[in-house]
Amino acid sequence: MPSFHDFLSGAAPELLPGRSGDGRLPLDTVRHGTTIVALICEGGVVIAGDRRATMGNVIAQRDIEKVFKADELSAIGIAGTAGIAVEMVRLFQVELEHYEKLEGRVLSLDGKANRLTTMIRGNLGMAMQGLAVVPLFVGYDEALGRGRIISYDVTGGRNDETGFHSVGSGSVFARGALKKRYHDGVTADEAVSLAVNALYDAADDDSATGGPDLTRGIFPVVAVVTADGYRRLSESEVGAVVETVVGERMTNPGG
Amino acid sequence: MTTPFYASPEQLVRDRSEYARKNIARGRDVAVLSYADGILFVAVNPSSALHKVSEIYDRIGFAAVGKYNEFENLRIAGVRYADMRGYAYDRSDVTGRGLANAFAQTLGGIFIENSKPYEVEVVVAELGTTVVDDQLYRLTYDGSVSDLSGYVAIGGQAETVGAALEASHAAGLELGAALHAAVEALQAGVAAAGNSTDAVADTGLEVAVLDRSRQGRTFRRITGPALAELLGA
Repeated sequence: MPSFHDFLSGAAPELLPGRSGDGRLPLDTVRHGTTIVALICEGGVVIAGDRRATMGNVIAQRDIEKVFKADELSAIGIAGTAGIAVEMVRLFQVELEHYEKLEGRVLSLDGKANRLTTMIRGNLGMAMQGLAVVPLFVGYDEALGRGRIISYDVTGGRNDETGFHSVGSGSVFARGALKKRYHDGVTADEAVSLAVNALYDAADDDSATGGPDLTRGIFPVVAVVTADGYRRLSESEVGAVVETVVGERMTNPGG
Repeated sequence: MTTPFYASPEQLVRDRSEYARKNIARGRDVAVLSYADGILFVAVNPSSALHKVSEIYDRIGFAAVGKYNEFENLRIAGVRYADMRGYAYDRSDVTGRGLANAFAQTLGGIFIENSKPYEVEVVVAELGTTVVDDQLYRLTYDGSVSDLSGYVAIGGQAETVGAALEASHAAGLELGAALHAAVEALQAGVAAAGNSTDAVADTGLEVAVLDRSRQGRTFRRITGPALAELLGA
């Protein structure tokens, strides 16, 4: 089978994410990533993540990136134990590229989603010790001609989301915000604005989610995946959206 | 009791080399050359599904002639080697030289230890930041490696194709000019083989580049209208 994950499991299992360690780590010594939101829009899907990582009550990092390009037509956002999650994303990226090179074709979106299931399940032992990784996978499905969002639980159980979804500690608030504002057929630009708004609401009520940091110029990572491929919005593009959102909140803090 | 058959090492090596050479000589040629914005691979290949030219890594391409299943084995091993290195260390730590060494070890081992050598010739090309940094490695069936610059040809008529490229290749060619030089050289190879007068473009060309203007994965195939346009220009 042209799977890099399977090859690595045989050839160098010590390189797999989350292999090793017994007993429990005190969780305030480990960086955790927080909120990711994703919305299906006209012609594709938008995914965004805040920039905060926490260790217990401490803000461990203000500019962590939790949204990554998986391949040309898909992206992944991660919540949970940052160290393991970032490693898992790296492995997932190689997994997709490896398949593409060996087989000469790209995996179907369901094929990609299933490979991610296997990896999350491989981390179940660590998740039981409190080091869970919960990704949110989005992509453009060429067969269906539209964007899709696939969510997971720690056992790798996957679910196709219709419309929008959010994961991480601030996800309850983000989902509430999206529920009120999202409607079918939103354009990509509207979806970007909705995503930034939802992250603002998450940061408003969840201490572990970071809001847009205007003093340091640190804004959410926002990416759009369409038939044309993955595109991460530039700092200035996101900055403009953030300014509008923050401007609106000046007069109406609740959005 | 039968007496065990004795063959001197010289005899063994000679026989195996002859066997491999004879079979490679039947293969169609591949030309690989540096041009201003990258490295160009051109193969005479009637199949659009079974590739002779492939991507190994961000800046490394692979071209082969000979027995398909054998060079396909090498290609898969090459992709695994590169992906494993890149994952364990860093993407920038995967080099063409390392890959050429790995192939040389494999081919050399098979040549001596197996009952028959691989009937393949392989090119490993690594894209540099400028034309002068481009690296081309040619590997033969016995594991010998040569490090070349500018251009390399492999296949049955490699000498003829190589000589034609020697005459037409210049540093800093544009893509269109490089493609024309390669096609003409391959056509000379077909003529030298004397078994066909068809134009190589009609037989089928497999064309790909490592594109210096791209970030990350630089390999891309040139097919369909884009290829027709370049060939026509």
